[in-house]
Amino acid sequence: MSYKSLETANSKKPLRRIAIEPISRVEGHGKVTLLLDENNQVAQARLHIVEFRGFEKFIQGRPYWEVPTMVQRLCGICPVSHLLAASKAMDEVLGITITPTAEKLRRLLHLGQVMQSHALSFFHLSSPDLLFGFDSNVAKRNIIGVAEKHPDIGLMGIGLRKYGQQVIEHICGKRVHGTGSVPGGMNKALSEQSRQTLLKPIDQMIAWSLQAVNLARDLYATDADRHENFGLIESQFMSINGKGGAFDLYHGDLRVTDAQGDKVLDGVDYRNYHQLIHEQVKPWSYMKFPYLVEQGAEQGWYRVGPLARINNCSFISTPLAEHARVEFTSFHGDKPAQGTLAFHWARMIEMLHCVEEIKNLLLSPDIINTDLMATGQRKGEGVGVIEAPRGTLIHHYQVDDNDLVTMANLIVSTTHNNQAMNESVRQVAQHYLSGNELTEGLLNHIEVAIRAYDPCLSCATHALGKMPLRIELCQADGKLIDVLHKNGAGQISRITP
Amino acid sequence: MSDKVKVATCSLSGCFGCHMSFLDIDERILKLAEIVSFDRSPITDIKHCGPCDVGLIEGGLCNLENIEVLQEFRKNCKVLVAVGACAINGGIPAMRNHLSAQDCLEYAYLDAVGIEQAQIPNDPELPPLLKQVKPIHQAVDIDYFLPGCPPSADAFWQLLTDLIAGNEPTLDYQLRRFD
Repeated sequence: MSYKSLETANSKKPLRRIAIEPISRVEGHGKVTLLLDENNQVAQARLHIVEFRGFEKFIQGRPYWEVPTMVQRLCGICPVSHLLAASKAMDEVLGITITPTAEKLRRLLHLGQVMQSHALSFFHLSSPDLLFGFDSNVAKRNIIGVAEKHPDIGLMGIGLRKYGQQVIEHICGKRVHGTGSVPGGMNKALSEQSRQTLLKPIDQMIAWSLQAVNLARDLYATDADRHENFGLIESQFMSINGKGGAFDLYHGDLRVTDAQGDKVLDGVDYRNYHQLIHEQVKPWSYMKFPYLVEQGAEQGWYRVGPLARINNCSFISTPLAEHARVEFTSFHGDKPAQGTLAFHWARMIEMLHCVEEIKNLLLSPDIINTDLMATGQRKGEGVGVIEAPRGTLIHHYQVDDNDLVTMANLIVSTTHNNQAMNESVRQVAQHYLSGNELTEGLLNHIEVAIRAYDPCLSCATHALGKMPLRIELCQADGKLIDVLHKNGAGQISRITP
Repeated sequence: MSDKVKVATCSLSGCFGCHMSFLDIDERILKLAEIVSFDRSPITDIKHCGPCDVGLIEGGLCNLENIEVLQEFRKNCKVLVAVGACAINGGIPAMRNHLSAQDCLEYAYLDAVGIEQAQIPNDPELPPLLKQVKPIHQAVDIDYFLPGCPPSADAFWQLLTDLIAGNEPTLDYQLRRFD
């Protein structure tokens, strides 16, 4: 069922406005506004992204080799994702296939990044809700409170995040905003000493990640009805997948499955993304609303991220994570899991895979090789796509003969989830808030649903693009009064309803 | 209540990288929590800053809401620290300063070519953009500047250790980085 009717209030009567501002324990700037009638029935619920930075515009005119380290400043939690997506796009501009060791190092870097980001999301940001209750004492509802009450869980979360950050530091020189990956490959080899240092605690990390999967599973499965129904919406799922539908965070083809798990798209070259995905603009948010062109804006939205990837993949290459995946899918009756809180469980399965695969890569003999840069036949355009911690991340650039960027388009992971997050917010508003006197604890329910998506609202505020788009202008009562449509060539047409 | 040192943190127009670097003090955060309590911060659910000893501000000013939040912190924090490149000089987001905000918005939400009647997100819920991205010391007085993109975890640790002990904060050369 859809909660679309709560997007814009249809009431002529005066409504009371409640704002959750700022949304806390998420990355970036967002707020939720609710409009309530005299009986406290929710008439409208919206997640607004309130910041605008404009990366795609201001990187135009910059040399291409600056771009990866510049765009990683989109986000301090997943800088490596932007570094790598931009590097992949620029590899294509340079007409390069990177060397096997460079690819292994980039994969290692990316796994470290997904690991630290997932640990942060689950332990530092969301575990207080899951361990203490959605309406528990606000003073204790944070990572310090978790560490006081459950020191073992607190230390595990801090330790897992730390290790992921250390993997990044050994490859990039810094934990946040280092270098390492460059157009054409990698600029520094991994030392034997770094390899040994990172291998030392790896078995502890695997043990902790297993515990984390079990913790997330148990939190979900105890009181499963309540957890499955919380923020529940039905959606399609998008991800990139490796050969044979393998779980792959670094490279692959696009796959979309519907709510029943049937494939809508599969094996699609991501360089064609602009033919598949368009973005809708709404006047009340700086974050756009992407959808599959073929299905239209109303029906064509989908979810990305851990839940999408675990639902979509045919298998995971590492044994412990694969075992956990099978348990996850059989729990959900071999149908795609739709419960929004199942994101957490899926996220921990992914973290387990990251740690297993980090070990594999560190043990592979050529990881310390020094053949790191390739050359190729220069082109004018490149698309780089990666599965960032929060989902499919698309970077697209055009570069002129002077090596300067002339066009940039970024569709970041969180943006794909815009419609879904709004739907989940409305589901919670309708089922848990409507008709009640709103308390801090009840309002936190809305944030619990948002946190499950682990949104990266900074990423989502780059908000500049040259994509085909559709703009709807509505009156305060929701009546559509004007529609502007821009096609891929930038031509604008007006569709007056 | 306790006699713990109260610390509040926030990110204005930044990327949260400074907050991540702060969390990179790793297990030391538990030691810190013995002597510090956190007020408003992205890691707590306290939505407005109360009276605090130390405020750490990441990010520059890109919209009116950023200025309001910054003023709330200045009013409530005895010591206010500008943390990282964006707070200190606007950082990467200030790269839009050679363009007009209106141009950026029009480019984003319409196409600059062939538009007769531009319509961009303009809901009253969205805070108006400033013409240029500004460093925070242009809006309020700042007591200390912690440089870096982001400052390292050890730099955060040094700053807080000094402030909590009542000493004038000093950073060793190694901790004074701007990258």
